[in-house]
Amino acid sequence: MFSFLRALKCIEILNQTTLSLVPQNEEKRSLSLGGHVGFDSLPDQLVSKSVTQGFCFNILCVGETGIGKSTLMNTLFNTTFENEEASHYQNGVYLRPRTYDLQESNVHLKLTIVDTVGFGDQINKDESYKPIVDYIDTQFENYLQEELKIKRSLFNYHDTRIHICLYFIAPTGHSLKSLDLVTMKKLDSKVNIIPIIAKADTISKSELHKFKIKIMSELVSNGVQIYQFPTDDEAVAEINSSMNAHLPFAVVGSVEEVKVGNKMVRARQYPWGVVQVENESHCDFVKLREMLIRINMEDLREQTHARHYELYRRCKLEEMGFKDTDPDSQPFSLQETYEAKRKEFLTDLQRKEEEMRQMFVNKVKETEAELKEKERELHEKFEQLKRMHQEEKRKVEEKRRDLEEEMNGFNRKKLAAETLSLSQPLKKDKDKKK
Amino acid sequence: GMDAIMLQEKLVERLLCARGRTMRQKVDKQYVGFATLPNQVHRKSVKKGFDFTLMVAGESGLGKSTLVNSLFLTDLYKDRKLLNAEERISQTVEITKHTVDIEEKGVKLKLTIVDTPGFGDAVNNNECWKPITDYIDQQFEQYFRDESGLNRKNILDNRVHCCLYFIPPFGHGLRPVDVEFMKALHERVNIIALIAKADCLTPNETKKLKDRVRDEIERFGIKVYQFPECDSDEDEEFKQMDKELKECTPFAVIGSNTVVEARGQRVRGRLYPWGIVEVENQSHCDFVKLRNMLIRSHMHDLKDVTCDVHYENYRAHCIQQMTSKLAQDNRMDSSIPILPLPTPDAETERLIKMKDEELKRMQEMLEKMQQQMHEKDQ
Repeated sequence: MFSFLRALKCIEILNQTTLSLVPQNEEKRSLSLGGHVGFDSLPDQLVSKSVTQGFCFNILCVGETGIGKSTLMNTLFNTTFENEEASHYQNGVYLRPRTYDLQESNVHLKLTIVDTVGFGDQINKDESYKPIVDYIDTQFENYLQEELKIKRSLFNYHDTRIHICLYFIAPTGHSLKSLDLVTMKKLDSKVNIIPIIAKADTISKSELHKFKIKIMSELVSNGVQIYQFPTDDEAVAEINSSMNAHLPFAVVGSVEEVKVGNKMVRARQYPWGVVQVENESHCDFVKLREMLIRINMEDLREQTHARHYELYRRCKLEEMGFKDTDPDSQPFSLQETYEAKRKEFLTDLQRKEEEMRQMFVNKVKETEAELKEKERELHEKFEQLKRMHQEEKRKVEEKRRDLEEEMNGFNRKKLAAETLSLSQPLKKDKDKKK
Repeated sequence: GMDAIMLQEKLVERLLCARGRTMRQKVDKQYVGFATLPNQVHRKSVKKGFDFTLMVAGESGLGKSTLVNSLFLTDLYKDRKLLNAEERISQTVEITKHTVDIEEKGVKLKLTIVDTPGFGDAVNNNECWKPITDYIDQQFEQYFRDESGLNRKNILDNRVHCCLYFIPPFGHGLRPVDVEFMKALHERVNIIALIAKADCLTPNETKKLKDRVRDEIERFGIKVYQFPECDSDEDEEFKQMDKELKECTPFAVIGSNTVVEARGQRVRGRLYPWGIVEVENQSHCDFVKLRNMLIRSHMHDLKDVTCDVHYENYRAHCIQQMTSKLAQDNRMDSSIPILPLPTPDAETERLIKMKDEELKRMQEMLEKMQQQMHEKDQ
């Protein structure tokens, strides 16, 4: 945080100096050139530099398991990215980024493809969008951290911010799924979204037309912002605006080749015909490739940085309490704000600590009381049992005494009877003698 | 193609002409005449008419309505209103019924289709099958009550005889919601699993998915409807067909509401820029197998299994619950003495045990004392 402070201080100073350099009422004058100066090579210089640097592009594929995300990536980039089939039984959604180094002529591309594994499989999908949003925010956060460093190397930084989100819509032919709507609403302010209809070879032409209209109207009526191909650049305005009317693109992916005519083309072979991936009357794959890769890739990167990232940055800094102007419309000193925030944070922390300690003490007291109560109960029970036991013992004793008495009584009677019987035979003898 | 269709026609013939076989036996006995019983059954049943209740379940957009229309060659869903995505976010599952009377060659069928709109469409689908299981149980309960009533002349049988469950072809196999649904229903109704919209799968992919689904059904212990074993005295052709039918499950189906022209004929199909999918072409999908099995050969068996197995399970379970509740209410007499006594609950048992032990102890003490007495005697 200390280094952060110093960085802010520098920005402050810089702002002040810049202001003093530009004279207030300067008019811009355009001059005509007397000959060829040569700065028209600037774009070439830029291009040359960026080619040397290499390009970086990050694609996020959001869609149900098995909808064809991996196959489409393979088809788009004409290669086979390694991937295993995902299972339907994931507990939640998790994102799987994979980075590849591709090269075409002398252009190097560092391509990262991020897959959403387990999307759409859970029975309860209330939280499904969260891992996706968290991932996008984390990439922004990483970039922000790098940007705020004192010693930073942005030219060297591997930019992992998502430039494009391809949202795969299942070809039901009716409308969007509820999950699609909810997810796209959460993503549209964070990333460029291009919705595509996956596995489009199961929808007939007439159904497709109705389906596309329904999807677009649902997106519009729910305020979902999808990426619009830019129409401000004359060179590509026409093609871009016509493509905008074809959204969402209905795509079919395949890496297998089938012989059609005398050529091998990428296609899917059915008993009733062959669906050719690059045939524009079969599907919109060519349109997608054109728009995504060949024409608007750079614009996507720009939009990500200039719009989505800036929005994130502003929100994040505002959250931390930074403003550009204070209530009096004077430029706020970030340093002061920072100090105030820090104090606030520390007092907050202390208060929380105190609260927790109090809670802990209370809990301990409670538990103690409970234990005492239990002890008392147990003791009582023990006493009761003891009493019962004694009672039983007494009863048994009584019985024993009774029994003994009975026995004694019986013995006496027996004795009496015996003596009687003993005297009896004597008497008999006497009688006999007589 | 044609051979398969002819074989299947033969199968149907066999099932209807049991009497043919009996007639073929050459006996010298005098003819009594009860061999006409099958004819009599046939005649009476035509007069009475049949009824069948079919439930269709699965996420929205898998072609359920189209398939039902294709199966029964009619349009049951003319004025249907579909919800859009926003309305479906927290949609609850409804149960809707459509009943139609259809007739073919003098045989009348009262067909009821039970739909389950909203199943699996919300974002949170926890227990979304509960309204469906409740509905099935309610029909059982209704029938149980009617059957136990005094006047049983006109019992309406609304029990669900079969449930077609649609599995999406876009994934790698069964999803958790598919497994949970089938497990909740497999002991209440005959489930036939189908792979929907099969025209997005190449023949290889179809086979792979079928193998996967069959494997997962076994692994999760789901009891789907089993075709009855064919008799051992059937001929090889029939047995072979039966075997093929069983190995073909789950059926990969395609439905269509439209008629297109293919190979010079007008057929039900789907028109694509790259070709025409014919619903009734057996090399395109298993629609014909499903139709033959569901309607032409096994409809009655589905009803029988519903009555003899699922309903009886429900009934036995119901009665057991009733008697145990009755016994708890009045401990001494149970008004239905024939049935086995309910087991007493744990608390009572414990008390009984305690008293037993006390009694035993007292007896032992008494014996000891008697012995002592006896010894003192000596």
